Amino acid sequence: MNINPPILEIKNLKVCINENEILKDLNLKIHKGEIHAIMGPNGSGKSTFSKVLAGHPAYQVLSGDIIFKGSSILNLDPEERSHLGIFLAFQYPIEIPGVSNEDFLRLAYNSKQKFLNKVEVDPIEFFGVINQKLELVDMLPIFLSRNVNEGFSGGEKKRNEILQMILLDSELSILDETDSGLDIDALKIISKGINTFMNQDKAIILITHYQRLLDYVKPNYVHVMQNGKIIKTGTADLAKELEIKGYEWLK
Amino acid sequence: MNNQSNKILNTNITKLVNQPYKYGFSTVIEKDIIEKGLNENIIHLISKKKNEPKFLLQFRLKSYKKWKEMKCPEWAQLKFSEINYQDIIYYSAPKLKKKLNSLDEVDPELLKTFEKLGISLTEQKRLTNVAVDAVFDSVSIATTFKEELAEYGIIFSSISEAIQDYPELIEKYLGSVVPIGDNYFSALNSAVFTDGSFCYIPKDVICPLELSTYFRINDQKSGQFERTLIVAEKNSQVSYLEGCTAPQYDNNQLHAAVVELVALENADIKYSTVQNWYAGNDLGQGGVYNFVTKRGLCAGSNSKISWTQVETGSNITWKYPSCLLVGDKTKGEFYSVALTNNYQQADTGSKMIHVGKNTRSRIVSKGISAGRSKNTYRGFVYISNKALGARNYSQCDSLLIGNSSNANTFPFISVQNPTARIEHEASTSKIGEEQIFYFLQRGISIEKGIELMISGFCREVFTELPLEFAAEADRLLTLKLEGSVG
Repeated sequence: MNINPPILEIKNLKVCINENEILKDLNLKIHKGEIHAIMGPNGSGKSTFSKVLAGHPAYQVLSGDIIFKGSSILNLDPEERSHLGIFLAFQYPIEIPGVSNEDFLRLAYNSKQKFLNKVEVDPIEFFGVINQKLELVDMLPIFLSRNVNEGFSGGEKKRNEILQMILLDSELSILDETDSGLDIDALKIISKGINTFMNQDKAIILITHYQRLLDYVKPNYVHVMQNGKIIKTGTADLAKELEIKGYEWLK
Repeated sequence: MNNQSNKILNTNITKLVNQPYKYGFSTVIEKDIIEKGLNENIIHLISKKKNEPKFLLQFRLKSYKKWKEMKCPEWAQLKFSEINYQDIIYYSAPKLKKKLNSLDEVDPELLKTFEKLGISLTEQKRLTNVAVDAVFDSVSIATTFKEELAEYGIIFSSISEAIQDYPELIEKYLGSVVPIGDNYFSALNSAVFTDGSFCYIPKDVICPLELSTYFRINDQKSGQFERTLIVAEKNSQVSYLEGCTAPQYDNNQLHAAVVELVALENADIKYSTVQNWYAGNDLGQGGVYNFVTKRGLCAGSNSKISWTQVETGSNITWKYPSCLLVGDKTKGEFYSVALTNNYQQADTGSKMIHVGKNTRSRIVSKGISAGRSKNTYRGFVYISNKALGARNYSQCDSLLIGNSSNANTFPFISVQNPTARIEHEASTSKIGEEQIFYFLQRGISIEKGIELMISGFCREVFTELPLEFAAEADRLLTLKLEGSVG
């Protein structure tokens, strides 16, 4: 049992979209240094959960609270949550035509620098910053001159998300099905990136359908979400059990 | 997308786009005005006031006659109430005591006005590589670098002065590209135009400066009808830029300009516009009605005319800068960014008329619509039966911001011979909630995000602007879309 205060605490969270209640009384505590995997059947509310944490305006919190580093973030904009250290790796990263990946990454990096009262970097300095991080996800510098996610393969999009997570050095990272649609080599690259990034000051939530990712990134806890709540929590072994038995037996 | 998030997105964007118009002030100054209304007497009076030669009075009267027989065109995607032409002042000029010999004699109030608009006319502060002709309501106030340009044989002056000093050039070229009966608004302009700029680049001269005219409508009731004529002789080159602003009034001011370009053999004319007339308030009241006819004639072989425009203002924009590619191997280009917001309406595009052999044209049009605005691209590419080997490439991209704006594209293509090659590309994209959320999630503010997306969208056009103005155009679009996000 961890005696430190959790980095993230979700209390009795109820969330709806278009008057459909998606999250129903969700509770979760995450401490620094922990990796939590959230699994569950389609439509159980996993992606909603990730977007609510990041503050997506489409979702309405009906009741409950989200405490991040000791204070409620319910009233904070997505931008402010990002500055505080919450990162969401999107399941389907959107394309942004006309904006180069380099400009985008530099702007994101400088926004964070500014928030931390640190000096913003110019494009040449930034190249030094990003160049070593590119290697961590096995990406070539040419990648920076392409437009954000435009014409990227599925694997490239996901690697770009992990690159951004590393660049922004976020304290709480939510990876929404980052493993879906990846071949085994890409999965290994991404897992390597995550493992290099992870340390005792950070926490990660892995949302996934498959046990496969968890062979490479070892979770401390595995939660099963169904119908908007967490119905079972266990260790990495639970994921293996789910792989064999499916979700039906938990009902 | 659900309703609540739509609402949030729309509020954010509304906040962004409601940047107040910076140039809405008006200048109080003693004026010489011909009373409002339009008839033959008024035209006689304008011509007399300007002490014009006979041919010009005849030109005006003939145009007026044509105009009276014509009807306001209704084919554009524009809705506006009927214009009362009898309620417009056709001549309004700041009162001048005598003919000006130097800038020191210009009313300081006028210099201050232009200073406030960022156009410095005084020697110490003016831009070192741009010659400016400043037009205030119906007359030209001052032209900088006139003497320096004269050393190259370049004539750069207000068209009124040119009519006095070079009547034979004016008589030869005025109305040669846009005939008086060309369209309703050009006929009106031909009848009542009061000032504008004239440039003449002699043979084998490459103009060493950017030439520029700045138009300012000040008077509430006056229309601005300016006339610009640029003639580039054999082997010459010139780059020209016009800018425009107007004070903020609740009623609509009429602006009906005509621009004619003539490029002779091997000549190269580059014409850029940054248009920021007052666009009306957020309910669509007030603002300038901008009906402009711009046309370039590539008369000599191997000549080239390139139009670049950044249209951000005006309540209504009706404008189709065109090229008549008559000489063999001539080239026409049109690069445009048109941004509309609130209730603005823009119907703009280009015409490329291929007559000569191996003529080429290129159209790149970028429309951005926000608020409840309507943004229409209308293009006409015509390849005649003589234009063997002609080529055209057109690209029309639309970007929608928010959920209430509107974008249309009407490309007309007519090909009369089988050797032509025509390409047309079009795309529509949207700055949507998910893209904005992506920026926000990475800690990037909504203004920065939209700025980045807009400047990426417009890049191909901005690179065509003269360097000094590319940054200005970028800033202008940002100002128009950015602002008071709390």
